[in-house]
Amino acid sequence: MPPEIRKIVTIVEEVMQEGERQVAPPSRRAAAVAIIRNPFAGHYQDDLGPLIEIGEALGGLLAARAVAALGIEGAQVESYGKAAAVGADGELEHAAAILHPKFGAPFRKVLGTGAALIPSSKKRGGLGVPLDIPLGHTDAAFVRSHFDGMEVRIADAPRAAEIIVAVAIAASGRPHPRIGGLTKDQIIGADGLR
Amino acid sequence: MPDVALRKTLVYIEEVFHEGGPPAATPLLRGGVCAVIANPFAGRYVQDIAGFMEDLEPLGRGMAARLLAALGGDPALIEGYGKGAIIGEAGELEHGALWHVPGGYAMREALGDAKAIVPSTKKVGGPGARLDVPIMHINASYVRSHFDSLEIGIADAPRAGELLLALVMTTGPRIHARVGGLQAADIAEHDGLR
Repeated sequence: MPPEIRKIVTIVEEVMQEGERQVAPPSRRAAAVAIIRNPFAGHYQDDLGPLIEIGEALGGLLAARAVAALGIEGAQVESYGKAAAVGADGELEHAAAILHPKFGAPFRKVLGTGAALIPSSKKRGGLGVPLDIPLGHTDAAFVRSHFDGMEVRIADAPRAAEIIVAVAIAASGRPHPRIGGLTKDQIIGADGLR
Repeated sequence: MPDVALRKTLVYIEEVFHEGGPPAATPLLRGGVCAVIANPFAGRYVQDIAGFMEDLEPLGRGMAARLLAALGGDPALIEGYGKGAIIGEAGELEHGALWHVPGGYAMREALGDAKAIVPSTKKVGGPGARLDVPIMHINASYVRSHFDSLEIGIADAPRAGELLLALVMTTGPRIHARVGGLQAADIAEHDGLR
C-alpha cells in the first residue's frame, strides 16, 4: 500500500551562535515530515503489513527530501533520527509498524552509510503536537558529541485519522560539544556502536 | 546603530497536495524563513530606535532570497506573502515594528516590486511561541482565494534579549479555495488592492 500523503514539510535550521559564541562553520540540520492518512484509524487491525510497506516508501522519500533541503551529499550526513505521531484515532503500534521493520534500509541507502541504529520516538497526539526527533551518529551510536534532538511541529496535523512521519539529519554534532566521551575521529566502525 | 548579531535561521517549507478534496495538479508551496537576532534595545527604554531599520536591510534581502530559493527560485511563481516578528520578553512590541520596512521592502523587491501591502503581525513571546503570519496576494490585497496564514516558531527562540523575524511566501491560493470574491485572474485596478 503506497502512502496517501496530504503534505510534506521540510525544515532547515542553521545555528551561527550558541552560548554567546560563534559556531563556525554554522551547525546545520534538517527534518522532512510527511502527513499521511492512517488506513487503520478507528478500528483494530491485526495485520499491520500495509503500514510496514508505507514505512519502507517513506524512509527513502523523506531521507532524500531532508538531504536535498540541506544541499549536501548523503555521505556528509553525520547524525540521524526518526519519529512518528499518530492522530487521536490511531494506535501507537501503527507508528511502530511504519518506523521499525522496513523504514531504515531505504533511509540508509540514501545516505550510503548508517551502521548505527536510527534513534526514534513515537507518540499519539492532536494537531500541532511537538515531535522531538532524537539524533545520533550514523556510524557509531556512542559518539557523545552527536547525541541531540530536533523539535518539529505541524500546526494542522495530525488530524484524528492521520499519522505524521518524520526524519531528521544533521551535518555535524551539537555546537561546542565538550562533555567528553567517544569522538567521531575515534570511531572503530565495527559494530555500529563505537 | 549596532550590528545585527544573528544566532540562528530556520527555513520551513510545506508542500500541500490536498486537504481532503481533489489533489491539486500542482502542489501548493507555503514557506517561511525565520532569523533570530540579538535585540539591541532589550532591557531598557531607548528613544531613538528607527536607525536600526536600515541595519536590518541586508538581513531582510538575504532572507527573502533564501526563502525564494527554497521555494524553487522563480519569483514569477510567488503569489502570496506576509511577515511577522516575535519580541523576546526583555523587549517592546515597538522593537518588532522595526521589521515592517526592511522585511516588507526586501520581499517586494525580490518579487519584482509587488504592489500589495505585506500583511503582518507581531507579539511579545517566549521561546517556542508560535506566530500565525497572515498572507495576502502580492499584487491585490482583496484577492479572496489567497487570504491565508502560516504558523511559524522555533523551540528555543526568542530568548529574552532576542527578536525572531519572519517572512513567508506562498505559490498559490488555498488548496481548495472556493468561497468566491475577487479572483487573481480578475485583478484590474493595479492599485495594490483590486
